[in-house]
Order: sequence, then C-alpha cells, then structure tokens
Amino acid sequence: MAVSGWFGRKRKDGSPAEGVPDGIAVKCSSCSQILFVRDFERNQKVCTKCGHHHRLNAHERLEITVDEDSFEEIDAVLQSADPLLFPEYREKLHKAKNTSTSSEAVITGTATVEGFPVVIGIADFTFMGGSMGSVVGEKIARAIEVGIEKRFPVIMFTASGGARMQEGLLSLMQMAKTSAAVGRLGTNGIPFIVVLTDPTTGGTYASYSCLGDVILAEPGAIIGFAGRRVGNQEVGVKLPDNFQTSEFQLEHGMIDRIVPRKDLPLALKTLLEFFALSAVKESVIAGN
Amino acid sequence: MQGTNFDFEKPIAELEAMIASLKSVEGRSKAAAEGIDIDTAVEPLELELHRVMEKVYGNLSAWEKTQMARHKDRPYSLDYIRLIFDDFFELHGDRLAANDEAIVGGLAKLNGQPVVVIGQQKGRDLKERQRRNFGSARAEGFRKALRIARLAEKFRVPLFTFVDTAGAAADLRAEEHGVSEAIARNLMEFSLLRIPVIVTVIGEGGSGGALGVAVGDRVLMLEHSVYSVISPEGCAAILWRDKAMANEAADALKLTAQYAHQLNLVDEILPEPLGGAHRNVTDMALTLKEALVRHLNELSGSGETTLVDGRYSRLRSMGVFQEKVSR
Repeated sequence: MAVSGWFGRKRKDGSPAEGVPDGIAVKCSSCSQILFVRDFERNQKVCTKCGHHHRLNAHERLEITVDEDSFEEIDAVLQSADPLLFPEYREKLHKAKNTSTSSEAVITGTATVEGFPVVIGIADFTFMGGSMGSVVGEKIARAIEVGIEKRFPVIMFTASGGARMQEGLLSLMQMAKTSAAVGRLGTNGIPFIVVLTDPTTGGTYASYSCLGDVILAEPGAIIGFAGRRVGNQEVGVKLPDNFQTSEFQLEHGMIDRIVPRKDLPLALKTLLEFFALSAVKESVIAGN
Repeated sequence: MQGTNFDFEKPIAELEAMIASLKSVEGRSKAAAEGIDIDTAVEPLELELHRVMEKVYGNLSAWEKTQMARHKDRPYSLDYIRLIFDDFFELHGDRLAANDEAIVGGLAKLNGQPVVVIGQQKGRDLKERQRRNFGSARAEGFRKALRIARLAEKFRVPLFTFVDTAGAAADLRAEEHGVSEAIARNLMEFSLLRIPVIVTVIGEGGSGGALGVAVGDRVLMLEHSVYSVISPEGCAAILWRDKAMANEAADALKLTAQYAHQLNLVDEILPEPLGGAHRNVTDMALTLKEALVRHLNELSGSGETTLVDGRYSRLRSMGVFQEKVSR
C-alpha cells in the first residue's frame, strides 16, 4: 500500500494552524510561533521552535515508522455497524469516513520496521477521536493473533479518547477483548511494544495500552484515565501542571521512556533487535 | 413504603400508604366500630398494589433502572456475601501500598466448598461511604482484587466477584498510582485465571471500574442492575452538554441487563423480588445463590485449558460489525 506523499497533501485532520493561509505557514498551537509548512512537515510535525509534538494521522505515522512499501494492511474491510441505533452515530461515522484519512480509528497490518518483521497497529485520532468500538477492538485482537501465528512482535501506536460511547457496553467489552489478546501474546512469548501518542486516555489507556512489555511515549502527550475535567478531585487537591502527561506517567512509573519522534526509529530498532536475539523458540513454549 | 422514593414509584407509595393507614390500630378500630373486617376489605387494594407494582417494575425505563441500581437501600456485596456464603474470612491489602476498602474480598465457603469472593462495596452511611470512596476503587483496590484472585488460582478454588460501582476513582491519587494500569492488568490476568470465575453485576456496572473485576466464565446480572460504558450523566454531558438529559442518555446507551443479555454480553438475568432486591434481600440472596451454584456446577467439569480457552472465545465473540467493503 502506497503511503508516501501524505505530507504534501492538504491536511485533513485537526491542523495546528489557525488563521494562517493554508499551505504556506502554520502557527504552533503550543508556542504560537509561525512556521513554514515545509519546515514543519520536514520536522515530522514537531515544532521547530518549542519541540511540541503535534498529532499525526495514522498514515503520516505509518510513513515515518515502517520501511518503505513494507506495510500490508489487514482487516481493512471491517466496518462499524450501529448496533444500538445510537443518536447521530451513523452520521458521525459517515462524516469520519469522509474527513479522516483512515477507514476506522485504527489501521493494522504487517510490515518491517528497521528490517524486522512486525505486526503493527496505528490508531487514528482523526477518526472519531480514535475511539474504540467493536471494529477497533476486533482489528487489534486479530492483529495480535496474527502476531501469535507468525511469531512477529506486535507494535501498537495509540491515540484515542477512550471507548466509543456510541456502541455502549459492546465498546467496554473491547477493553477486555484486547487485553485478553495481549495476555495470549504474552503466554506465547511474543513481545508487545506500545508507543503512547497524544492523546491516549480512558478505556484505551486502561486496557491494551498499559500492557506493553515496553511502553514508550512521545514527549508532552496527554496520557491518563479520566480527563482533567472528568475526574472528581478531592477538595483542596491541586493538580500538578504535568498532570496526565507522558512526563507525569514516567515520574509515576507507568511508562519506560519518553522518546522524541525523531528518535523513535532507533528506539524501535534497539528493541526489535533485542527481541529478535532473545526470541523464545516455539518448542520451548509448546504446551501453552 | 420501604424505599419508594422515585417518581415512578408514586402510585405505589400512595397505595401502600392507604393500606397501611387502613391496617393501622386506628384504622382497625374504626372498621371494627362499623363491623367491617379490615383484612378482607383491603384485599382488593392489595391486589391492586400488586398489579401496579408488576406493571411499574416490569416496565422500568433505562434511567429508572439506573435509579434502582443506585438505590440507597440496595443490597451491597457484603450483604450478599454474608447471606450466601459461610465463614467469610475477609482479607485486606494489595501487599504493595494500601488497603482499598472500595473492594472487599476473602475466603469463604459455598455449601461447604472452599471458594474465594471479591466484591465492590459502597457504603451505607456517610462515614462508611467516605471510607470506601463511594465504591470507586483506586489502583490499590484493583491490585487487591488481583492478589486475592491469585490466591483462588493458587489453591484451585472457584472465584466469585460482585460488581457494584459507579466507576473507578478518577482523582489525582488514582492517576498517580496507575489506576489504568491496574484495571488493564486485571482484564488480562483475569482472562488467564485457571479456575472458574463467576461474575454478578448486583447494582451499578460502571465502565472500566466495573470491568476491572468482571472478566469471567459467566456474567450474571440482577434484573434491575445496569452495566454501561459511561454514566448516563456523562453521556448526556457529551452528547447534549446537559447532565439533566441523563434519562435520554440512558435510553441511548441501552444500559439495562435485558439489553446486555440480548447482545449476548451476559449469560443470565436473575429476577428480583417485586419492587427490587432491597425489598426482600433474603429472597434475592436465595435466587442468587441458586444461580451461582448452578453455574459453578456447569463449569466444574471443565479442565483448566478448556476454561481459559472458553473465556477467551467468549471475549473474542463480543462485538458487532460488518465485514465487507461498503461504499
């Protein structure tokens, strides 16, 4: 699947630019610096002034992560239904399909990363906030099962507001489904690498995202359970400035490392090399 | 008039008040003076009350069910544990940092057989509610649950869990101590437990906080309990920016036991005594006990691998989607 050229196209996702002529310059939403689009995109959408990591859609992420032309998407045909006949869900799905760069809130497939074969899943925040409904849960579970079958490490890039409200309890169950799949991956001795990107919250964070053998995060990403506003704080408790960020989660022992976007290839290479060298042979774990 | 405090219970409360006043000492003496046998006289009223109750409680809306599930007199985990099991020996602490009282657990006997039980526990009075954080567990609670579940696995005894929470705690401490990680780990680890796990939603099944002790081989729900991805209030705030539209949100979320059963997400709905579990806790406990024993018997013949594989298949089957190219 060809994924090159996304950076040159008109942005379809929540652009960091506001009030600036499209296509020439963008304003960093973090430091307000005006940046040339060319420089901004060449820098993988990381602000050249303040280093703020702006969101990437799934295809942009794919392009800077996997080896060229190595990605083969699986389960692209899975489509969300509207099992609850939830108000406005069909309209929202329709709109998401037209405006997002992906056909659902996650794309999954096989690829090579720095030469190592992997199963990779990349959440797309531009599709209904990356929310996890039946399709997202199913795609992730199936991707993990492909990892078990092929004995490839599984890499998940997360970006999601949480479970998809519009599918009710079915969405909640995707938390259990994906986590159980990670459990199977583990008993088969296959590594699971999670890269948390902005934002990863709610039911998505409280399931497979927290279960990586190694958990990396991009700098400054919002990562947490219930959003800053949703959570009920005790009277008199002052939230730290870095509440629910990568830095906060690192400080509290929930993630392994914060890795700047440009350093992710090297980090993934190091991990994949380690896991390739240490791979548990099938015969050893037979009987699981 | 026990617990008739919701709008939809008004006609019931009125009838109950009328019957009570007729049957009071004063009412009886009045009737006696006129030569009326009061018990015969109120019979039609009692029949009417029964008819109205069946109608009301048999047709509760999703929001009314939510209110029932949150009823202040609704039996909590410890009420059922005490009525169903013998020799409950409560255990405390996560062996890491704390003892979260929003979750209780321990060793017990079910009809003489050793079992392990875990329950989410709200509080009865304000003091207890605060102590138990209103039944909203933090990371420590989920880790305590896992630690107790592992005891069950170690000694190969079945595990029963009881779900009743508005949701996991979402405050600073919960976040600092990794409530997300604790829930996620329970989802994974419970899916791998090599013992029978039977889950019952007895009141509120609030989102990830409920699910954190709700992965099992069987999931049962009481008739008026609810199970939802988000609270009706939270959903209303997102959808219509108005928490007061919780009624409409509850309908949209279809968070009732009946609908969860339709979607094959729960195995059985246990009928509650007329008017709700709180009106007859003993009867409710008997119904629940019968169901727990029956499901345990069904599972007891299965080997460990069958159990774990079956639990995985069960979770894998959850989801509704289309698998075709659509344009």
